[in-house]
Amino acid sequence: MNFPEPQLDDLYRDLILDHYRHPRNRGNLEHPSAKVDGYNPLCGDEVELELLFDDEGVIQDVAFKGRGCSISQASTSMMTDLIKGRSKADAQHFIEAFKHMMTDPQDEPPAELGDLEALQGVAKFPVRVKCATLAWNVLEQGLRENGAAHIEEA
Amino acid sequence: MLNVEAIRKDFPILEREVHGRPLVYLDNAATTQKPRQVIDALVHYYSYYNANIHRGIHTLAEEATTAYEGVRDKVVRFIKSPYGPQSIVFTRNTTESINLVANAWGRRFLQPGDEIVLSISEHHSNLIPWQLIAREKGAKLRFVDIDDAGRLQVDALQAAIGPKTKMVALAHASNVLGINPVREAAALAHRHGALMLIDGAQSVPHMPVDVGELDCDFLAFSGHKMCAPTGAGVLYARPELLAAMDPFLGGGSMISRVQLEESTWAEVPHKFEAGTPDIAGVIGLGAAIDYLEGLGMENIRAHEKQITGYAIERLSSLPAVTIYGPKNAEERVGVVSFNYGDIHPHDVSQVLDQHGVAIRASHHCAQPLMRRLDCAATARASFYLYNTPQEVDALFFALEEAGRFFAVQEAPLPSSGA
Repeated sequence: MNFPEPQLDDLYRDLILDHYRHPRNRGNLEHPSAKVDGYNPLCGDEVELELLFDDEGVIQDVAFKGRGCSISQASTSMMTDLIKGRSKADAQHFIEAFKHMMTDPQDEPPAELGDLEALQGVAKFPVRVKCATLAWNVLEQGLRENGAAHIEEA
Repeated sequence: MLNVEAIRKDFPILEREVHGRPLVYLDNAATTQKPRQVIDALVHYYSYYNANIHRGIHTLAEEATTAYEGVRDKVVRFIKSPYGPQSIVFTRNTTESINLVANAWGRRFLQPGDEIVLSISEHHSNLIPWQLIAREKGAKLRFVDIDDAGRLQVDALQAAIGPKTKMVALAHASNVLGINPVREAAALAHRHGALMLIDGAQSVPHMPVDVGELDCDFLAFSGHKMCAPTGAGVLYARPELLAAMDPFLGGGSMISRVQLEESTWAEVPHKFEAGTPDIAGVIGLGAAIDYLEGLGMENIRAHEKQITGYAIERLSSLPAVTIYGPKNAEERVGVVSFNYGDIHPHDVSQVLDQHGVAIRASHHCAQPLMRRLDCAATARASFYLYNTPQEVDALFFALEEAGRFFAVQEAPLPSSGA
């Protein structure tokens, strides 16, 4: 059997390891508008996301906590960097672009995702895709929430 | 001792390469590989005497029935059942065996306020069926904690088992930690008129198990963890218990006389085998038992102790490694659960896979235990009769590589209860 051999470096790009070791926006917000946590029962990855919206629906601030593998935590960290200061509509667009990158790895990664392109290699490791998308599912829930919510990956 | 070099030739899959390296298969607690003898038994059944069993007056049906029922006798011999083939029910796996008892015994005999005693380290398969039936019957679950070294202590069992206890259900060997004092638990259960169920999924494949000596009322185990195909498992039970229990699943094969409004049941054990079973799987289980007995369960146990001891020694030499459970191989089956610094077990496993080394990384279907050990998940290497010290070395080198990759701080971590 000859499968194309995905390499470890495709998965663990330096930028991912950097976000894993030095997560951005980690912690809690004082007065979050929405607070959502997500859990992947298959592997135990946890992400807790807090969002502060202004009256216009712009994400003024964001913070996360969580524990899990490098992919899940780096994906969350990079996501928070990307969405801070952006509108809910932009964030929703990023979610769709990111999920597209995970499901159709042969396509060029959408330019608007910026650094998150580093996670494109995850798509070559199907069992790890859920690690990468957990934070995005949590965000999607958070955009719809005002208050607290909890999601579990199927 | 085992001639491991010769044994490895029996397992075609061990010739495989993964990512350009020889496969080092250390996920045997999840499922084991299958020897040629078992694969051949399946091929022979399907290409020579495939037929449904217990019906049909024709040669193929008779041959298939004889082969299937013959495996019941092999299981009797293998676990030294004092009660003959009537004490052996074929199921799909350990999970189904335990669900059978929880439903067919629990529904009939549990009363509100009755207690079921379990340990906090049980696999979900020996927890969820009891949660379900306890909720239905108003019974109560009592949990025995492990000590800080990961051992289940007899005095903790003694404190939990009492006059209200109706069932004690424990793993013979944890799929994460070590071997449990099930014989002592059975004696305590019986002193209080309770029954004893042993989850043998991690013990029966790895050591001699004698149900008479353990004095258990039920023993559940899976074929696929002992060289047999997936799809065939066993429930051992005293026949008088099986006779008193309600059926579990209804359908063909498990009936005696059927009328439109009610029916009577087939004799034990057939009362618990509704519908066409995994005939090939059971025949494969028979071939696996022949294979294991040919090598000798004592020899398999001795080999695994040696490999496990060596693995513990090697892994312990990395200061950032935390090993869970007792440290000597005598108290374990071939299971070594560990964490490496703060690298998530998924990341460890991913790097190991790149080196051809297959381990498990998860909560091991034991989420309450993970919380008790204060970790979300662990890595787990588990060994079987075909594993070699060189494979332990391959694990070690791949682990060092993972450490370099994720820049693990080689500082000793606070010991987490192990």
